[in-house]
Amino acid sequence: MNLNTTLKRTTAGLALALTASVAHADVLFWSTQAKPVEEAQAMREQVLSGAGMDIDYQPNDGGPWLTRLNAELTANTGTIGVLGALHGDFSAMNPDDLVDLGDLGMMSSSGTFNSLSKLGTDQMQYIPWMQASYIMAANKQALPYLPEGADINALSYDELIAWAANVHEGEGEAKFGFPAGPKGLKHRFFQGYLYPSFTDGVVRTFASDEAVGAWEKFRELWAHTNPASTNFSFLQEQLLSGDAWIVFDHTSRLAQAFNERPDDFVAFPAPAGPAGRGFMPVLAGVAIPRTAPDMDAAKALVAHMLKPETQIATLRATNFFPVVDVELPGDLPPAVQAAGNAVALMSASADANPGLLPAGLGDKGGDFNRVFVDSFERIVLAGQDIRTVLDDQKGKLAAIMNETGAPCWAPDAPSDGACPVE
Amino acid sequence: MNTRILPYVLIAPVTIFLCVFFLYPFVLVSQQAFHYDGSFSMRNFQDVFAHWKFPISLKNTLLLAAAVVPIQLALALLMATMVSKMQKGRDLVLYVWTIPLGISDLAAGIIWLAIFDQSGFLNTMMSGLGLIDRPMNLLSYQNPTLVFVAIALAEIWRATAIMLVILVAGIGLIPKEYYEAAEVFGASPWKRFIRITLPMLRPSLQTALVLRVILAFEVFAVVAALGGTLFPVLMGETYAYQFELLNGGAAAAIALVILAISIAFTLIILRILRVPKGASI
Repeated sequence: MNLNTTLKRTTAGLALALTASVAHADVLFWSTQAKPVEEAQAMREQVLSGAGMDIDYQPNDGGPWLTRLNAELTANTGTIGVLGALHGDFSAMNPDDLVDLGDLGMMSSSGTFNSLSKLGTDQMQYIPWMQASYIMAANKQALPYLPEGADINALSYDELIAWAANVHEGEGEAKFGFPAGPKGLKHRFFQGYLYPSFTDGVVRTFASDEAVGAWEKFRELWAHTNPASTNFSFLQEQLLSGDAWIVFDHTSRLAQAFNERPDDFVAFPAPAGPAGRGFMPVLAGVAIPRTAPDMDAAKALVAHMLKPETQIATLRATNFFPVVDVELPGDLPPAVQAAGNAVALMSASADANPGLLPAGLGDKGGDFNRVFVDSFERIVLAGQDIRTVLDDQKGKLAAIMNETGAPCWAPDAPSDGACPVE
Repeated sequence: MNTRILPYVLIAPVTIFLCVFFLYPFVLVSQQAFHYDGSFSMRNFQDVFAHWKFPISLKNTLLLAAAVVPIQLALALLMATMVSKMQKGRDLVLYVWTIPLGISDLAAGIIWLAIFDQSGFLNTMMSGLGLIDRPMNLLSYQNPTLVFVAIALAEIWRATAIMLVILVAGIGLIPKEYYEAAEVFGASPWKRFIRITLPMLRPSLQTALVLRVILAFEVFAVVAALGGTLFPVLMGETYAYQFELLNGGAAAAIALVILAISIAFTLIILRILRVPKGASI
């Protein structure tokens, strides 16, 4: 139960009233992805038009997305045909509310993604739909400041800090950009990049001495970070405006910069720490709620999304990469080429230390993220003592892991039962 | 229709509306706040109070209300007195002053963000005048005072009009005879304001203050636009619990805390500004 209950009857009633008046033959594709108007339009015109049926593609923010879905599930009757969302959105749902998609015979070409999509059950709860990652990007004006001997495609955290410091000194202002805004994806940086690179873990090593070292390094980097970063959520904006020259963000949140001025920016892999080059994939999936009005049409739409040509059209529309084996055409948009290149370099690097998305946390995913965001706000913004903060937050993290019983995921060593915070 | 039933028939739609969309959800929210895992529990409140941001957001919310409401009250009184003295163009001035009221609070926040932003109007103006070399980042975690001032300014700009409108109506109700009598006895304009306008305005002041104070505790969009995560307030925490943590119980708990504060302050205002029995205009 949650606050949504207050809305559930209204929303469900409204949805019924609206759909009752129009004979609804369209399949409603209810998505948290491809929200910007251009992306949504590209989804409709280029990706979904070839499905051979009428599809109503409606992207929305996570909150309203879940509110309507919950309303339909509670009312046991619905209009949503297919759901499109991130792994984390699905893992927060009750597995019984999603239809088993195993009988479709479709899956991604990645075994890891396929097992993630079971959400801890033995059924395909969603089908992997598209993937992305987080990378670094820089304005070419920053390149002369690269520390001597540093290879931009194999940077270490120390070299990155030295680089940001050089820019800071040379330009008189801090030009490293970090997505610490309210909608920024900062927690993914800590979970998938900083922690794996320094501690070779996320949960087990949360409060280790290596973690203290990692936060100290991040503080050094923060000293050369544009202080307005606490308002930055889509670093493409700051790349284009020049407020930030070296940035970290989600590939699709950098795409606009590369597409508008491809010659001005470079994309490159995330830096490496003592424990390797940590990085993390982003995985979106398609699923069918148990209340879907037309199950066959919904399944046909899911199957359409996994076709190689649809996957390439999706890549063009959203900058999310295919999850099935396809041959990429040569004429892809600049952002896709740049990001694809950086991701390939990152995963092929000798010291690659790939992390997985948090799994098995159920609806505690938000609380899990909050542990990292709170640590950031206390250590970096409020300047509190690192050891004290980590020891304090550690209790919260342990409580989440024990409550959900989620086992460890890479790069943490596997666990029997709930992943322990050591 | 029977004139005895008529009033009840007329207020029935509003009553039903309030019951369905206010009372019923309120009961559900309270249930939610006091339940954890299906049984009665104070766990939601414990969770909320134990979070390190709760005292900060409570302090920020109260501080903002304490800074904004008195200024707004003074401004609204001043503006209302000015308007009521005007012979010509009174309506026009009122319309212009109440424009901010018609703007959504998020839009108001964004307008002020456009002023205070790193590449905003204020920076452009200051560097145009040669006061600064390069655009400064005004709204950063390094300048908490400035963030506070910006939010307070935006709130004052946005919501003074709601008090103004109520006070203008109230001033219009004060009989002219009192002022004429005071003038005969040689009372100065200031004295007339203190001795006649303020006391006679009590019921309007009550309404205006209650409305404004409740709104001040619900401040959210302006803060979100200008302060982001730098200036946590109670309503922002409610939103975070509901939509980021998907923890409806904790969100309901904070919502009830806001309600309790609002009720407490409403009672205080009603008590302080009570109209003595038998006294009326």
